Amino acid sequence: MLTAFAIVTDGLVYAAYLFLVAVGLTLIFGVMKILNVTHGSFYAFGAYGAATAAGIWFDRGLPDAGGFLFMALFAMAIGLLIGIIIERGTLRFVYGRDEVVVVLVTYAIFLILEDVIVLIWGPRSYAAYQPMVAAGSIDVGDLTLSIYDIGLVVLAGVVAAAGRWALKYTRYGRLLTVVIFDRETAAAYGINVTVVYTVTFLIGAMLGALGGAVMAPKISVTLGIGVEVIVLAFAVVAIGGMGSVEGALIGALIVGISRAAAVHLVPQLELFVIYAVMALVLGFRPYGLFSQVQPRKI
Amino acid sequence: MDIRWSLVASVALSLAYTGGASAQQAPAADAPPVKLGIVTFLSGPAASPFGVPSRNGAEIVIEALNAGKAPAPYNTVGFGGTKIEAKYVDEAGSTAQVVTEFRNLVQRDKMDAVVGYISSGSCLAVTPVAEELQALTVYFDCGTPRIFEEKARKYVFRPPPHATMDNTAAARFLLAKKKDIKLLSGINQNYAWGQDSWRDFVGAMKALAPKAAVDKELMPKLFAGEYGAEISTLLTSKSEALHTSFWDGDLESFVYQSQARGLSRRMPILGTAVESVIWRLKDKLPDGTIVGARGANGPLAPDNAYSRWFKQIYTERYNSPPNYPAYQMALSLLGLKVAWESAQKKKGSGKPTTDEVVASFEGISFDAPSGLVRMALGNGHQGIQDTAYGIYKFNKQKNEGEVVDIMRFPAECVNPPAGQNADDWIRDGMKGAKC
Repeated sequence: MLTAFAIVTDGLVYAAYLFLVAVGLTLIFGVMKILNVTHGSFYAFGAYGAATAAGIWFDRGLPDAGGFLFMALFAMAIGLLIGIIIERGTLRFVYGRDEVVVVLVTYAIFLILEDVIVLIWGPRSYAAYQPMVAAGSIDVGDLTLSIYDIGLVVLAGVVAAAGRWALKYTRYGRLLTVVIFDRETAAAYGINVTVVYTVTFLIGAMLGALGGAVMAPKISVTLGIGVEVIVLAFAVVAIGGMGSVEGALIGALIVGISRAAAVHLVPQLELFVIYAVMALVLGFRPYGLFSQVQPRKI
Repeated sequence: MDIRWSLVASVALSLAYTGGASAQQAPAADAPPVKLGIVTFLSGPAASPFGVPSRNGAEIVIEALNAGKAPAPYNTVGFGGTKIEAKYVDEAGSTAQVVTEFRNLVQRDKMDAVVGYISSGSCLAVTPVAEELQALTVYFDCGTPRIFEEKARKYVFRPPPHATMDNTAAARFLLAKKKDIKLLSGINQNYAWGQDSWRDFVGAMKALAPKAAVDKELMPKLFAGEYGAEISTLLTSKSEALHTSFWDGDLESFVYQSQARGLSRRMPILGTAVESVIWRLKDKLPDGTIVGARGANGPLAPDNAYSRWFKQIYTERYNSPPNYPAYQMALSLLGLKVAWESAQKKKGSGKPTTDEVVASFEGISFDAPSGLVRMALGNGHQGIQDTAYGIYKFNKQKNEGEVVDIMRFPAECVNPPAGQNADDWIRDGMKGAKC
């Protein structure tokens, strides 16, 4: 019973982490059809930004409560800034080019940004543990749960609900849905697709940075963290269906619960199980669980 | 010729020869420098904990040697009176890239020796190329014992001990503190370093305490970052100790997350590479953590003239005490200096050849900040040293961590004897260990 409870709670926490990292990636792909490798950089810059903000806030002895909010906002501001530079500075020049070319461009930017991190923050690692320590823990039987982790699950739920609401019930969300479905038709109806692209990319960049900011208190912010994240995020998005927010949520839950079960029951399969699940899903649904039917264009 | 004149002539000739030799032994001021390629991680996740400290260690030691300001017998300028010129190269990248850079150092840059390599993968890839190019290569950190067990080597040396010692000593320390331990767990990264460390530790525990059983055997992927499920698994275990060879980011992340969930109140962490992060983690590292430093490095170093000197010059320059990769770099450079100067002395004049340095390096003993090094394994190419473990305690007054209750283990107690494979030695119950 305790093990089952632990699998569910651990799975939810891991899923929350995966969803927060993957949602921006899937949004950008859905609208712009760009497999954005730079998303790993958004995550890394978000984490470094949050660690910097933690230093600014907590070194001055400011109250814990506002610290996390400051970290998240600071990180998202960095995400916004980098997003503007990348989208306006490079990506807009390759819109409409072959998808492979665009992937290579985002990969090149990712490599450049890895070195930019070294230039700004140096090779040392940073800590931003204060919010997690301040949040404390609760005991449930033999298990001690971190309240910060519970907050992470709640935050992921809020982001998922907000994303769904924004897409379904706001004007911009409906415009976005039209562009996702068919860019050319959307343009023919007078939608400024270029603006939609820019705004979507910036939202995706800020979500990626938010993912880094919320993970920063749990990890050592060090070089290379973006690389690890991007691989997992791709797996989640592939399972859920490229471009689907609901898909990213379900994909994250499937991966999170499967991995937690493996760690508790067959730890040797911990890594294997993530990709086994992905292979299984793609075997039956080659475009992911929530992929949309693609009309054939003549 | 009169015998007396003969004698006088002989003495005169002899003096002339000796004088000439002496003049040649003290190189001219414009003598070309000894060129060293220093290879370590300058980017990527291993840069912060290992690469940069070792680069700093190299920089500060070379500077001291060139100024002739190291403690005796290392107080001659550079290597044998010739100043050292270092070129620093990043180890990050694929093994193919590492090998290419090694070839560049040897063939293009004409380095006299290459000192470097943290990753065991790099060392395994570079070794055959170093032998092929007949290039003097000194490994300062990589831990795999396979380098000298698979084949005899001529041009490759590793003065710091290999990783077997870390885990056999860890088992001995744990049993000294918890002699009736019945259950233990491990969390190690799922790649060669983590797997080898866990295998050696479990093997040593089986030999020394057959009744101690393994409960959880966790192998998350390298740089996983999130360890919630692993921590829950450990919280449900009745293990009395947790072995880990985690390092840097993974270690710090695991400590933050496990501390938030009270894991250290259930079982102490035994970390074979914990020392590399104690200066950063400070009070976040739980008291009672068993600290390993891949040898008697850092706070486990013996109190001798070399350790005091090295700690002082490093701390003054970098505002932080040196960690174990810095100690291992210093050790390797001092070993190379001893071999170089011994070869130069034997030659009598001029710069020694690579083969002459190699011949002098084999089987030497020398003092280092981490204690006496004896090149006793691998036909004199692999060093052994005494090692130590201790227990972490945060000192609130000084606002820094310290290691107490230090226990030292003789080199022959925790290393396999010459000619024996480390795996086999552990599997056979570490026979012949002199403790």
